[in-house]
Amino acid sequence: MDATQVIETGRGKAIAGPRRRSWRGGLQGSEYTWALAFVVPYIAVFLVFVAYPVAFGLWLGHEPKLYAELWDDPVYKMTVINTILYLVIGVNVKMFLALLLSGFFMRPGWWVKALLMIYVLPWAVPALPTFISIHWMLNTDYGLVNNLLYDLFGSNGVPWLDQRWPAMGSVIAAYIWKNMPFWTVILLAGRMAIPEDIREAAKIDGATGIKSFTLITFPMLANLYLVCTLLSTIFTVGDFNTSTFVSGGGPAFSTYVLATLGIRDAFDLAHPELGVAAVMTALPLIIPLVIILMRKLRTAQVQL
Amino acid sequence: MTAVTVSNLDAARARDTSQAMRRAAKRRRYVANGFSVVLAAVLLVWTLMPIYNIVMVSLESHNDVFSNNIWPDYPSLNGYGVVIHQGHWYLQYFWHQYGNSIYVGVAVTFLTLLISSMTSFSIGRMRLKHGWLLTNTALLTYVIPASFLAIPFYRIMQNYGLTNNLWSVIAAMVTFATPYAIFIFQNYGASIPMELDESARIDGASPWQIYYKIYLPLMAPALVAVGTYALLLAWNEYLYQFLLLSDKRTMTVPVALAQFLNSDEAPWNYMMATAIVYALPPIAAYYCFRQKMTGGLTMGGVKG
Repeated sequence: MDATQVIETGRGKAIAGPRRRSWRGGLQGSEYTWALAFVVPYIAVFLVFVAYPVAFGLWLGHEPKLYAELWDDPVYKMTVINTILYLVIGVNVKMFLALLLSGFFMRPGWWVKALLMIYVLPWAVPALPTFISIHWMLNTDYGLVNNLLYDLFGSNGVPWLDQRWPAMGSVIAAYIWKNMPFWTVILLAGRMAIPEDIREAAKIDGATGIKSFTLITFPMLANLYLVCTLLSTIFTVGDFNTSTFVSGGGPAFSTYVLATLGIRDAFDLAHPELGVAAVMTALPLIIPLVIILMRKLRTAQVQL
Repeated sequence: MTAVTVSNLDAARARDTSQAMRRAAKRRRYVANGFSVVLAAVLLVWTLMPIYNIVMVSLESHNDVFSNNIWPDYPSLNGYGVVIHQGHWYLQYFWHQYGNSIYVGVAVTFLTLLISSMTSFSIGRMRLKHGWLLTNTALLTYVIPASFLAIPFYRIMQNYGLTNNLWSVIAAMVTFATPYAIFIFQNYGASIPMELDESARIDGASPWQIYYKIYLPLMAPALVAVGTYALLLAWNEYLYQFLLLSDKRTMTVPVALAQFLNSDEAPWNYMMATAIVYALPPIAAYYCFRQKMTGGLTMGGVKG
């Protein structure tokens, strides 16, 4: 697979030792101007569309009374709990299953490869159609899930989206359905980059099955797994589509997450300052994660 | 070499093992295979159910939608006809909106590739002083959740009168695609020998010529991977397009698709047919460039 090659070449280079990494004698004459000209478009994009909105957002959400207002809002409290559940359960269950499934997809055989092609479909299909489909699939009266439950077991089914916890569970399940394939593929590439001889040697020494996983595979994947989990957590905090389309934030505003609550406050309630304040309360969580992630990415180079 | 020796050794050992051990191994293999088949079946049902639901509903008539069928009595392609001929109130401008989506996708892809390849050329090849600062800001931008910036971004666009203008969406998408693109280009560019630039430089090539005639052609695989990423990002994104585009003529397809949910009795069959017409191009793009994209993604995610 392509991914393995990329990682392999990367490793080969690291071993090959230092090579020259810049133009001889540095930049000369007009070359310096060229180098600056090449980065101007990106700097412009960054200043206008990242730095300015960030500063503006911080200014919008600077008043302390906004946070008092948030605290008095019962929807906000439910939202915080939902967001924590969403992150803790959603991200970790997804990553752990992806780790196990990446091992399954290492099995030889054409049918495993064919299955992988189907398995990545949720990632390939745009989010909106599938979440809308899941929303309708979970409809109490006419949805596919309850129809199947009736046909198979004669049960009247569950009102999935009409109560808080089943609805929140559905949102999390939809999130796992959509995102698990991507991380499985990443972890699969990580597993494939583990040299075959290591596993073979371990096998001869008697490490097979679970032992091979706990003693060889997992230690070699641990760093990658951690980086993926951190990155995935940060992405998930900003996930807007899943809650919006699977449960619509309902019933009775009980399945909002911070990203969707911010948009609701800003646009449905026409109170942008409050919306910004709502998402800002996620910063104490995001900033430490980003710092750990940056450090991992810079120093560890994720050993493989 | 080592792998060959090891497997020879293995074979020698295998010959020596007793009949009983071989039978035990065979039994284990049967159990493992049986388990794989069960797991594969579960994965197939889990993965395909929401997709089956889209296809099924798109083939249904209005009466079938609101029934307990798990397959329509009279499946028909009528829904697709309605979408293609724009035969519903919600679909009045469907092809125009499709064109908008294509326009946004192409513009985002082109600008992302241009801006980020120029930036990574300047930082990675020409070694612009303090270039690492830019790399770090890009990395930081990558981990800012896009939905958190949506509120200030919308306000700014509103102040400039750029709402309902496709270029506001293009700007937003380019902003969120470039950091990852720079990240990938930097990593990939490190594998291209500096000597190539050097010899062109000695022959009197200007930096622009080196960028255009040497750097870009050699970066082709990374350009394809990042181009696909940017195209899919722009095509699939919902939140910014929803906030910034509210006029039926400037809307893109995902926004139009979500419009169906505005009424209580959504025409689900037409909506799902629309969803499929919308989802086919990205699915095709994903499967065409899957290998290249996974390579790029692992490089970013794994190698850091």
